[in-house]
Amino acid sequence: MGTIRYTKEHEWVLVDGDTATVGISPYAQEQLGDVVFVELPEVGKKIEKGKEMAVVESVKAASEVYAPITGEVAEVNNALTDAPATVNEDALGKGWFAKIKLANKAELDGLMDEAAYKAYVDGLH
Amino acid sequence: MRFHRKGEWRIPILSEDVLPETESLKQTPLHALHVELGAKMVPFAGYDMPVQYPMGILGEHQHARAGAGLFDVSHMGQFRITAPSYDAAAAAIETLCPNDFRSLKSGQQRYGFLTNPKGGILDDLMVTRDGEVLRMVVNAACKDADYGHIAGHLPAGCKIERLDDFALLALQGPKAGAVVARLAPASAQMTFMTGAKLEIAGISCYATRSGYTGEDGFEISVPNTSAVNFARALLQEPEVKPIGLGARDSLRLEAGLCLYGSDITEKTTPVEAGLSWAIAERRRKEGGFPGDAVLQKQWAEGVSRKRVGLLPEGKAPARAHTEIANDEGREIGEITSGGFGPSLGKPIAMGYVATASAAIGSAVNLMVRGKALPARVAKMPFTPHRYHRN
Repeated sequence: MGTIRYTKEHEWVLVDGDTATVGISPYAQEQLGDVVFVELPEVGKKIEKGKEMAVVESVKAASEVYAPITGEVAEVNNALTDAPATVNEDALGKGWFAKIKLANKAELDGLMDEAAYKAYVDGLH
Repeated sequence: MRFHRKGEWRIPILSEDVLPETESLKQTPLHALHVELGAKMVPFAGYDMPVQYPMGILGEHQHARAGAGLFDVSHMGQFRITAPSYDAAAAAIETLCPNDFRSLKSGQQRYGFLTNPKGGILDDLMVTRDGEVLRMVVNAACKDADYGHIAGHLPAGCKIERLDDFALLALQGPKAGAVVARLAPASAQMTFMTGAKLEIAGISCYATRSGYTGEDGFEISVPNTSAVNFARALLQEPEVKPIGLGARDSLRLEAGLCLYGSDITEKTTPVEAGLSWAIAERRRKEGGFPGDAVLQKQWAEGVSRKRVGLLPEGKAPARAHTEIANDEGREIGEITSGGFGPSLGKPIAMGYVATASAAIGSAVNLMVRGKALPARVAKMPFTPHRYHRN
């Protein structure tokens, strides 16, 4: 497995070969509060970096999740449909949203590593 | 991802041009206590208010349904209206409200609203008769306008005072009665929609047995200077946990109660909103309030749209401003409050639909992110009211 990378919009990406697993960061889930619904993309859908990929809803509000990278949806985490709170419990693990077949690996260079993201989040307060 | 927290707690009628970002937020006397308890604070109706505590909205919601939840509602407006007699004060208020307040006996409380000449709702409120004094609690976002409106219409000899030196706390839940009775045994005699002066933890207060959750509970007015001690005394009781505005909203939505600015506004009448139950026969016949002719016409001829409960059949919540369509895809209304009902474990909503689709069980579609999600018109409340009646 590769190293985890983050977007400024609080999505994470973990690359394994040609495929990346994506989700939302622990900071994002904490800001959202209790997640009660996740709308995932369909397998096979082409997604574009920065465009809406999924929707996550807390008790109070719906928030868009943007695609952190461009590619094709290879797999989605259907377990979130019945257990959306998994996003709160394990944002970086069992709370993953989708696996994306990468279209352009160079996009990864523009993402933050763990240390840079931590500094970014600390700067938000 | 994009967080929608900024606008989330802004009451629709308080648009950004009315309340600039730069305007400093007001604080209730419990502000420091909320911060100490680890609350996440958000702007709401001009106040910096706790949206949730570390327990989280779901946990707080469940706690208020099972134990006793303490809410800071000090941002709401508290007024005291005096006249040579209670009847004179109530008669003056009845020129602005369609409700019957003159028949209240001391210690009785009643729900009502201020209307405009078109029959629209300017605010909803609670009136309690306390001896010869008429006490009123109004919404935070409307309190300045309400005060000006009422003050501008009172006859000579009648006076309205703002009780800005008083905080307002609500204790809500099936164990609220036991908690308050432990601290103030006299409260055990109180039933739903009554008010009384009590002494709780050595602090003189005015309590009503009412609330905004569908549960038994109290709303308690205490001097600002005693508010922190009062809140701490209640929080020391084992059944009591602090509850934020997030759970307050999901609790009231499950209870089918209207949020002013969303479910009822200047553009909705009490008849359309299904609030005719709050208007007594005498007032319907006599009129004598702003919009009386409009409401009388609606009672006689019916209304073209009605406020209804909605149960989406799937798992996706449908939020306020979601379009409601009929089977043929024609727009028939709009959701005014919607979200997740923690007690039901599924999404719930309320909104206005064309009268033809307002019957319980009617099939409608909710247009969420371009998709038509099936839903049914449902009976409200979504969770049964559990008030402490006679």
